[in-house]
Amino acid sequence: MNRRLWRKIKNGIFLVLSLIATMIGLACLAAILWTLVSHGLAGMSWHLFTQMTPPPGSSGGLLNALYGSAVMTLLGILIGSPIGVLAGTYLAEYGRNSRLSTVIRFINDVLLSAPSIIIGLFVYELVVVRMGHFSAIAGALALAILAIPVTLRTTEDMLNLVPVGMKDSSAALGAYPWRTTLSVLYPAARSGIVTGLLLAIARISGETAPLLFTALNNQFWSTNLNAPMANLPVVIFQFALSPYKDWQDLAWAGALIITVTILLLSISARVVLAMLQAERGAGR
Amino acid sequence: MAIIDPRHAAKQLIYERIFRSATLSAAILVLLILGGVAVSLMHGAWPAINHFGFSFVLREIWNPVTDQFGALAPIYGTVVTSALAMLLAVPAGFGIALFLTELCPPLLKRPIGVAVELLAAVPSIIFGIWGLFVLAPVLQRHVQPWLIHNLGHAPFIGGLFKGPPYGIGILTAGVVLAIMVLPFIAATMRDVFDTVPPMLKESGYGLGATTWEVMWNVVVPHSRAGIVGGIMLGLGRALGETMAVTFVIGNAHRISSSLLAPGTTISSAIANEFTEAVGDLYTSSLIALGLLLFCITFTVIAAAQAMLRRLERRGAAGL
Repeated sequence: MNRRLWRKIKNGIFLVLSLIATMIGLACLAAILWTLVSHGLAGMSWHLFTQMTPPPGSSGGLLNALYGSAVMTLLGILIGSPIGVLAGTYLAEYGRNSRLSTVIRFINDVLLSAPSIIIGLFVYELVVVRMGHFSAIAGALALAILAIPVTLRTTEDMLNLVPVGMKDSSAALGAYPWRTTLSVLYPAARSGIVTGLLLAIARISGETAPLLFTALNNQFWSTNLNAPMANLPVVIFQFALSPYKDWQDLAWAGALIITVTILLLSISARVVLAMLQAERGAGR
Repeated sequence: MAIIDPRHAAKQLIYERIFRSATLSAAILVLLILGGVAVSLMHGAWPAINHFGFSFVLREIWNPVTDQFGALAPIYGTVVTSALAMLLAVPAGFGIALFLTELCPPLLKRPIGVAVELLAAVPSIIFGIWGLFVLAPVLQRHVQPWLIHNLGHAPFIGGLFKGPPYGIGILTAGVVLAIMVLPFIAATMRDVFDTVPPMLKESGYGLGATTWEVMWNVVVPHSRAGIVGGIMLGLGRALGETMAVTFVIGNAHRISSSLLAPGTTISSAIANEFTEAVGDLYTSSLIALGLLLFCITFTVIAAAQAMLRRLERRGAAGL
């Protein structure tokens, strides 16, 4: 066969294959979303937000699980994000090129992709064994540890994007670095840091594995942080694998709620970032 | 000349020290967390290590009644499901990255890129419930009978496709994992391909190369470290992935030669059994599994980061 023709054919084959690969990827996302919407909408009703998780064989809602998830995610962010932001500040402002920072950056990237079930085991050993029982605070702690690497990474990246001139101007006015960081750098990098927070919330609000043996689950309404607390992911896990129709329907409804929440958070994080970039572009 | 109030300066210096040490201790806490994870897992796993010794990783038996535990079946399941996932996801991820960098009309580039990234944001439990109720029945009814019929009697690989089509099992877990790590691999490869200097590519086109030839002979060799780094990052995810696998693996503590049979993985064994484990040795054996997983994933992720970092430095140095 003509060599030129063969090269063209080969080129065509691979390009078609890459198109097919992209189609498959998009089809998977579409299939998952379609399944969630079609199964989840059937279970949607006001009862979800007004009633507790039911015993087997009867109907109910997800109120205690929604509440528990919200409380533990919020606590996780409140504990984890300040640590992440401060540590990111250190890496970007104080120890930019030190050996310690290089090590911390590396360890942080490892933590960022470490299996979350390992973090669950760690908090189990650290908190649950010492206290002698499962608790919401242990669950929140596990989520906090998962939130730290995300906020650290974005904070450092965003602080590095602040123009050096702003920092120099502040220093020229006689401000110490702490004052510069709080009054100049943080406001300048605000939307970037908010993006990091949104991403961290998205990351931890769907986590199941680390909650299995820290917060466990609770069939009843509980606001006690020192006791097991219901949460959406673990309820979905238990109910989906149960043989009861009512429970499975609730699991699908919960899955829809959690996915929509997380996708909205991820999209808004991207929108904030895009706005930031547009602002930068216009300012220049 | 500026007049500096010494008291004001002293106060500023104190604030400065406080803020600096607060950021430093937060940074060091990150190190302590990783150290704490290693120490606490070793502490929890000690009774099992002490009791079974090194043979723990070589024995297939897993019997809570007689307190006999071995990690071979979960290790086997973890390795095989991850290998399957990589086999499926690496070519597909490469294809998506190729499409996004070379073929995609600029208008669609961002929406498709975001869609792939959103697939990465879907929590793993969703993949699990979808895999169990949607994917597993499809595989059971259409794909697995075909595999058994056409490949079950083939030489060498026939044994991999024997037995009844359960639906759930090693193969299904591998497919779900492949879908989960696909966006990570595709996104990393796309980012790496984007760092290839346009001049190199234009030179290739200028010599009359086709798109594929530029891709394979210019872009891939140039970004080899990044490609391997991205693949290993995906592998790290696949090895440690818990919830999605737990739904579809079937939880059988045995090693079966067939890919269609149920099995178990390190993480799904922990997720399934930990809260129900009675007895110190049982709990400790599960934590020992966690320690194994930690060591394996740490090695893989650290190697991936080292490769991606080398690429970044080379990028920063010029070119």
